[in-house]
Amino acid sequence: MPHDHHDHLSPSGHPYRPDNDEPLSYWQTMEIAVRELLIEKGVSTAAEINAQIDAMDARSPADGAQVVARAWTDPAFRDRLLANGSDACREMGFDIGALHLIAVENTAQIHNLIVCTLCSCYPRNLLGMSPDWYKSREYRSRAVKEPRKVLAEFGMTLPEDVQVRVHDSTADMRYVVIPARPDGTDGWSVDRLAGLVTRDSMIGTGRVKTP
Amino acid sequence: MTDFDGKRWHDMGGDTAGPVRPSEHDFALWEKRVDALMVLCSTKGLFTVDGLRRAIEDMGPDVFENTTYYDRWIASINQNLIEAGTYTLGELGAKMDAVAKRGATYGEAASE
Repeated sequence: MPHDHHDHLSPSGHPYRPDNDEPLSYWQTMEIAVRELLIEKGVSTAAEINAQIDAMDARSPADGAQVVARAWTDPAFRDRLLANGSDACREMGFDIGALHLIAVENTAQIHNLIVCTLCSCYPRNLLGMSPDWYKSREYRSRAVKEPRKVLAEFGMTLPEDVQVRVHDSTADMRYVVIPARPDGTDGWSVDRLAGLVTRDSMIGTGRVKTP
Repeated sequence: MTDFDGKRWHDMGGDTAGPVRPSEHDFALWEKRVDALMVLCSTKGLFTVDGLRRAIEDMGPDVFENTTYYDRWIASINQNLIEAGTYTLGELGAKMDAVAKRGATYGEAASE
């Protein structure tokens, strides 16, 4: 590719984001070097790397919202989802990979929260890339010790009679929260219901939108 | 006596820490590339997510103050690839020198 300062297109043909104009960091230099070495050694290709980025970009909480809304409207699917989250999501066409995905359901008496205390494991194949706070020392440290305080910081104060269950993920076992279907949504379509499901409601740190 | 509490720094569940700041950012292209390299390298069997974690865990507790998430990932990916014999330390050094000479911004340096 010609070294042209006016041609700010990435190899995928997309314009560079503004933050690519900041001074080159050491670790960015390493990323470029590692990527080019992998291509030169025949391990991968630029097209394959771009395709992987596109596949990840295509994943978003909207995928998880479709799963939740189906669980709300299809009792047999809900049962399959709770029995085997990976297979139920695959059934809907989502590429869950080799992960063991476990769906945990909120009820009037149980609120579920997911975390990865050891690193940053997240149901990324269903929800896309994780928010920064999920990977922070503060969330990882405290979610298992004082979940009610952490939830309050997210604006959720739960009644004392609601049990909080915290699920600590591992590299091979990821969780996703199935929030409770809100009242006032009788007869709603799956797509309309899915519009109520937020990312944070599937992590356990937020509520679904109010109908 | 030492003040070692029996667990390594990454095993932070239950530690005391400050409030959770609801921080988020849109991922930059270079971060998405690092993420893609990890997925592809693990899919191809060059190393595993456990390998990724091992190298990160060996970095020590101050990496949270000194590096970003994807800084740590590319450092770990690189270490694992050198260990796997995919390329040598010498090849990495030469390539990083060449990349750095291309320009002062990521956009320039990423364009061969």
